[in-house]
Amino acid sequence: MSRVDGPDFTGAPLREALAKTWSDAPGFWGWLTAVDHKRVGRRYIVTAFVFLGLGGVLALLMRTQLARPESGLISADRYNQIFSMHGSTMMFLFAVPVMEAMAVFIIPLMMGTRQIAFPRLNAFSYWIYLFGGMFLWIAFLLNIGPEAGWFSYVPLAGPEYSPGKRTDVWAQLITFTEVAALASAVELITTILKQRAPGMSLNRMPLFAWSILVTSFMVVFAMPAVMLASSFLISDRLVATQFYNPAEGGDALLWQHLFWFFGHPEVYIIFIPAVGFVSQITETFSEREVFGYPLMVLAVVSIGLLAFGLWVHHMFATGLPRIGYSFYTAASMMIALPGGVQIFCWIATIWSGRPRWETPLWWVVAFIITFVMGGLTGVMVASVPLDLQMHDTYFVVAHFHYVLIGGAVFPLLGAVTYWFPKFSGRLMAEPLGKWNVLFSFLAFHLTFFPMHITGLLGMPRRVYTYPHGLGWDTLNLVSSIGAFLFAGSVLLFLGNVFWSLRNGRVASANPWNAPSLEWKPSSPPPVYNFEHIPVVHSRSPLWETDQPVMPGLQTDKRELLVTTAIDAVPDLRDASPPPNGWPFFAAIATTMAFVGSIFTPWAVIWGALLMAIPLIFWFWPHDPLEPKPEQGDE
Amino acid sequence: MNAIQSALHPAGDHAALTARLFHLFLSVTGFFFLLVLVFLGWALWRRDRGGDNERRLRITVVIWAMLITAGLFGLTIGSYLTDRGLFFTGAGEEPIRLKVTGRQWWWEVEYSAAADQSQHIVTANEIHLPLGRPAHIELVADDVIHSLWIPNLAGKQDLIPGRPADLELRPRQLGRFRAQCAEFCGLQHAHMALDVVVETPEQFAAWAAKSRQPAPIPQTDAQKRGFAIVTGSQCSACHAITGTDAFGTVGPDLTRVASRFTLAAGELPDTRAWLDRWIADPQAIKPGNRMPKVPLTDAQRHDVVAYLETLK
Amino acid sequence: MSELRFVGDAAALPDHGFGARSTTWWGVVGFMTIEGAAFALGFAAYFFLMAHERQWPASAAPPDLLWGSLTLALLVVSELPNIWVKRAAEREDLAAVRHGLVIMCLVALPIFVTRGVEYDHLNIGWDRNAYGSITWALLLMHTVHLITDWVDTLVLAALMHTRHGQKGRRFVDTSENALYWHFIVGSWVIVYLIIYWIPRMTA
Ligand code: HEA
Ligand code: HEA
Ligand code: HEC
Ligand code: CUA
Ligand SMILES: [Cu+2]
Repeated sequence: MSRVDGPDFTGAPLREALAKTWSDAPGFWGWLTAVDHKRVGRRYIVTAFVFLGLGGVLALLMRTQLARPESGLISADRYNQIFSMHGSTMMFLFAVPVMEAMAVFIIPLMMGTRQIAFPRLNAFSYWIYLFGGMFLWIAFLLNIGPEAGWFSYVPLAGPEYSPGKRTDVWAQLITFTEVAALASAVELITTILKQRAPGMSLNRMPLFAWSILVTSFMVVFAMPAVMLASSFLISDRLVATQFYNPAEGGDALLWQHLFWFFGHPEVYIIFIPAVGFVSQITETFSEREVFGYPLMVLAVVSIGLLAFGLWVHHMFATGLPRIGYSFYTAASMMIALPGGVQIFCWIATIWSGRPRWETPLWWVVAFIITFVMGGLTGVMVASVPLDLQMHDTYFVVAHFHYVLIGGAVFPLLGAVTYWFPKFSGRLMAEPLGKWNVLFSFLAFHLTFFPMHITGLLGMPRRVYTYPHGLGWDTLNLVSSIGAFLFAGSVLLFLGNVFWSLRNGRVASANPWNAPSLEWKPSSPPPVYNFEHIPVVHSRSPLWETDQPVMPGLQTDKRELLVTTAIDAVPDLRDASPPPNGWPFFAAIATTMAFVGSIFTPWAVIWGALLMAIPLIFWFWPHDPLEPKPEQGDE
Repeated sequence: MNAIQSALHPAGDHAALTARLFHLFLSVTGFFFLLVLVFLGWALWRRDRGGDNERRLRITVVIWAMLITAGLFGLTIGSYLTDRGLFFTGAGEEPIRLKVTGRQWWWEVEYSAAADQSQHIVTANEIHLPLGRPAHIELVADDVIHSLWIPNLAGKQDLIPGRPADLELRPRQLGRFRAQCAEFCGLQHAHMALDVVVETPEQFAAWAAKSRQPAPIPQTDAQKRGFAIVTGSQCSACHAITGTDAFGTVGPDLTRVASRFTLAAGELPDTRAWLDRWIADPQAIKPGNRMPKVPLTDAQRHDVVAYLETLK
Repeated sequence: MSELRFVGDAAALPDHGFGARSTTWWGVVGFMTIEGAAFALGFAAYFFLMAHERQWPASAAPPDLLWGSLTLALLVVSELPNIWVKRAAEREDLAAVRHGLVIMCLVALPIFVTRGVEYDHLNIGWDRNAYGSITWALLLMHTVHLITDWVDTLVLAALMHTRHGQKGRRFVDTSENALYWHFIVGSWVIVYLIIYWIPRMTA
């Protein structure tokens, strides 16, 4: 008989048994086959930050070129590739993945479970993401990087005006990120809805989990649009379909509708997880539950729903039916209501709590100020008549860097600081962290505030150079200086991370006295996350004195507790698959198919056959590629 | 600073309406921003933190939501009224009609009065408008998407292949403004500008009358030699010059090229020296543009420039 | 943490359950939703392109009805064994599941034939115009799903004939596989109506 945990099996012997059961295999093979959500999540985060660095380096190149009028440092062709790569890297390889990555690491811990749902799919998702990113960057270095911007409008990106492979590379990058993101979304939805600790009914779920749940649903509904759009594009380019060719009944606007049906939700897919970070941080450092929990949930859900109705606000200048103008305006601005309510609730939480001035809270303050400014300029461009002036200018560039960096990167850096003990077992250096916030905040505004004015003074975006004498020179110079300072502040942050990994203060299980479950296990958590599955009675379980647990899961097999979707009543014991090499090989096969398809459509068919093999083995219980066959699938 | 390409310096009805709307938005959003800052500051620094505040906060959040709703309502109404205003500006008066075609990477401009071919004017990279009269611009794209944006006069409008569109404006200030393509359209998107000249109705009429004339006849020997080269196959394959055998449609109409303010879509001043350098090597000046370097000897090129200089 | 308080006992819980109780169901439904969204957007694209055209189908006769309708008939008929397997799986009746899955594998074969012929009777090439492209795209999307689920069924059928078939969770897999087949059939009904009937209604 297998042993289960319980009063007579606890403490050190239990830990030893669980560690044996839940460890990935040792060595390089173990590294390739790892499925532990913490390991995969950490990898995911590190990779995403590498892409932030790469995208940032491109930004610095652009800012160097734009520092002076008529600058000839970078050719038009190179510049176009650079901004296309900057946008694509930041959106597809940094911002969306990093949010998923944080969730992959944190959510299972926060839900009180031992492993994410579908861990092999999770490993596969990471590999696909990594290979897709490498593919894009290698292509870029070989001078076949994308050249038509991060939204690749047709016909510019079509077969006639973008000959060569550059746009094909872009379109396949989309397919890669697509697959990776959709896989994570399904895992996260399932983990959140089915693997919550007993008693954690939906209305007791931490706000971060709510925001990831909403984000994941948005991924599920939004990503297929860009998948369809990019498949149409690549087939127009490779097999002469006519989806976007106006001469043959196709329509260039079809692309824009499909792209923005994805693209608009996409920006909230980036922003909503950040909202979750902010809620967790505010709660912990205000030492009270977030004010207006139901309002916050409602706000996040309504932002998620509204986001699907607003895509046309990226298309105001295309000549939409005039009748609709005021409707689009109102619909787009409506999102300011849930946005504003959230802002209020966070400030109210601080106001009525006992704020502790730790670095993550500083990031939250930087976030609130910056994001509100970006949100308010969002409201301006949401007005059709105003947008017709601001669209495709640096004003919009300013808007979206305020919301992307102020609204998502600042909370992210706060979140990394906050959860650093869980990643590494140590705390990040102080007071360096606080200086970092101040420095980033000032450098950020120095970089991007002037862009509002440059835009209003008539500077369009995506120009590799501009004439002297239109009043843009000084403003651009200031932006460029700011950009280097801001990059310095990002480097400072990374420096702090590296230094603290070795030299940071060793952290206890719950160094910030936070209320949610991820702080229950030690820092960093053991491979099995929880010795016994925690049972929850309130929204802030770790602030309760009574912290019961539920015994009974097997310890010599990977077993998870499955609870009901709404009330989190224990329902089933489910097996969690052990590490396995097939996700890695399936990712390789998939990559070969995707990359090959750029060169010949037949690669799709051969690639599908090639993919079928590892996929079949992946799902087949007990296969020869499992490092620890004795664990079985059950 | 030269505010000839600025949304903040309106010189036409449409731009003025949107600038006013901008100020409305700026004040309303500024007000909300201040509220947020004050509340945040207070939350961070307040001393006395006792007591049960939940009820007070609950009331405040309701007030806040109502305030936001009111603010949004006001802004929507403002947008709506501006929209209406934009739509009716110039209604009733017969507008001047022209057609602008976006090409990689220059603008073709055509004026035509009814079906009368002799009234037809074709030019490039330059729009002339009579002061105070509404203008109706038909927008067409031949290749990829472009966007016509004359910030001092009106908001932008995309030119999308397969989807005819139009733009209305009404200039209220004399002068020369600059427009720029606002939708990324490939390599030289940065160098796709357009001069907009707002002049008195008399000046405009004079310009139009002159523009309807065929190109002047070359006089000197150099001009005649240049004429022969230009209207021979080398240039006429792409360029048209009214009254000659040059009918090309790939590049800008050259009938009045020397009278324009700039060359190559705002890229160069329209001077003899620049004209010469442009023809010597257009790819060096505007890399990737659709005009190749035509092999001409220095002497031939000087003749060509001498001829082009007469096209005023 | 010496005074641990234990409540409940997970050991008493079953190790599998059907439908929304199982994580497998959530995974399958998740992917069905994704693909459903893709189909829905494909339909939207179809109507968007159609709205733009004066004549639909553009420069072509509508697809011939026969083969698509045959596919529809075969798919509808295949629901009978499918429902039967699903019930058998939920009863955990191994013998019936084994037979049922083999039947499901075979039932798909004639569908591949009619589907293959369908491509020949669309009366338009994918590269002819946008109407042709979107028609081919919808048919191709459905075909890909058909093939994928068939391969899944093959693997599952093989699996159920090994000793792994006796595990309760494999019955859950069978049940969810049948659920996915519902999706194949259901999506075809709509794709069929759009590809074959919309051009007839507008021609
Ligand atoms: C994190 C990402 C993020 C977020 C959160 C937002 C938030 C918003 N965005 Fe933004 N947006 C982008 C990322 C984002 N955006 C990107 C990347 C682009 C450009 C893509 C490209 O072209 O490359 C873009 C472009 C973009 C456009 C198109 C502009 C153009 O191309 O011409 C529009 C137009 O409506 C818009 C609107 C809005 C609005 C109304 C919000 C709202 O959600 C903001 C709501 C929040 C607030 C308003 C602040 C808090 C509220 C209060 C303090 C209450 C009081 C307020 C009032 C009464 C007004 N955005
Ligand atoms: C989350 C998304 C994100 C982020 C973080 C940024 C960050 C920055 N962005 Fe960007 N940006 C976009 C998303 C983003 N951007 C998008 C979507 C577009 C539109 C693209 C398009 O039009 O298609 C855009 C476009 C854009 C433009 C307009 C280009 C044009 O229209 O011509 C500019 C111009 O100034 C700009 C600047 C910057 C700067 C200075 C930063 C700075 O914040 C960068 C700071 C620097 C760093 C973060 C690097 C620091 C690290 C190192 C130096 C170490 C290197 C280390 C390793 C390699 C590991 N961005
Ligand atoms: C293959 C086509 C082609 C040929 C041949 C060609 N041109 Fe051009 N030309 C163009 C195009 C296209 C432009 C617009 C370039 C731009 O601004 O992007 C242009 C622009 C110009 C301009 C600037 C016009 C303006 O108003 O901005 C001049 C002057 C000119 N060409 C003269 C010549 C002369 C003289 C020759 C022959 C020696 C010549 N071109 C041959 C295509 C051509
Ligand atoms: Cu034309 Cu940009
Ligand atoms: Cu948007």
